[in-house]
Amino acid sequence: MIKLLHRIFPHPHLSFLLTLVWVLLANNGSLNSLVFGLILGIIIPFITQPYWPDRPKLRNWPMVAEYMLVVLWDIVVANITVARIILFKRDDARQPNWICVPLELRTPEAITVLAGTITMTPGTVSCDLSAQGHNLLVHCLDAPDPEAVRDQIKQRYERRLKEIFE
Amino acid sequence: MTFLVELLIAAFLIMSGIFGFVGSFGMIKLKDPMSRLHAPTKATTLGVGGVLLASIAHSVLLEGKLSMHELLITLFLFLTAPITALFIAKWHIHRHEKPQDLPDAGEDELWATHAVEQVEDVPDHSTN
Repeated sequence: MIKLLHRIFPHPHLSFLLTLVWVLLANNGSLNSLVFGLILGIIIPFITQPYWPDRPKLRNWPMVAEYMLVVLWDIVVANITVARIILFKRDDARQPNWICVPLELRTPEAITVLAGTITMTPGTVSCDLSAQGHNLLVHCLDAPDPEAVRDQIKQRYERRLKEIFE
Repeated sequence: MTFLVELLIAAFLIMSGIFGFVGSFGMIKLKDPMSRLHAPTKATTLGVGGVLLASIAHSVLLEGKLSMHELLITLFLFLTAPITALFIAKWHIHRHEKPQDLPDAGEDELWATHAVEQVEDVPDHSTN
């Protein structure tokens, strides 16, 4: 029974996500769109199965929720900070800077999420990965103290992602 | 009651307008290309977020039906904006930055964009 379920839903999370996205796209919550979403949620993971040789395991669901809330809050706060920098700070008083963030994460998915988060929280944009993927290159809009930014990224985001993915 | 709801929606719209303006103003004011990249990633977060909140509030409170399209727009923005920014940043590094101008890449020695030019794994199509 479990085996059969596993064959129908090789990626339960993906199936769930596809169904959810379809229902949201249809935007009416009728049984009609739910059924069609489920059909898509079964067919697409089944066809794309060979492209997913191994998938990341999410270990810590409460931490996922906490991470999303922290990121949303940071986006709001950092937006205001950056708006203030743009409006009120003279351009030559600003100190743009490259910083190098050494990564402890090794899962590609986790690094992707971290890089995306760094870009979405304004004031920092992740620009490049080092040749073997051990460091992340980040550009800061205004960083008088690059070490503090690096420590904040490691403390706030990487520590939580490490608990979620590894 | 309707007045309060309209006030709330208007507040969201004004907030998004302000942040959208600041994002665009940053494109003019900031001088170096890498700093300019920060402006578009900002307009997509609070600027677009404000419009989406206003849209949700309008459909739920005034029209009385739940609309969830906006959540999807947020999701797609959060997926695409970092990728666009990464592409522009990589282009900039490729064309305008030398390895010695960037911070040290630690044990890997080079950043990925520069490493591609050095390592000779690009197939040579000129001979055949």
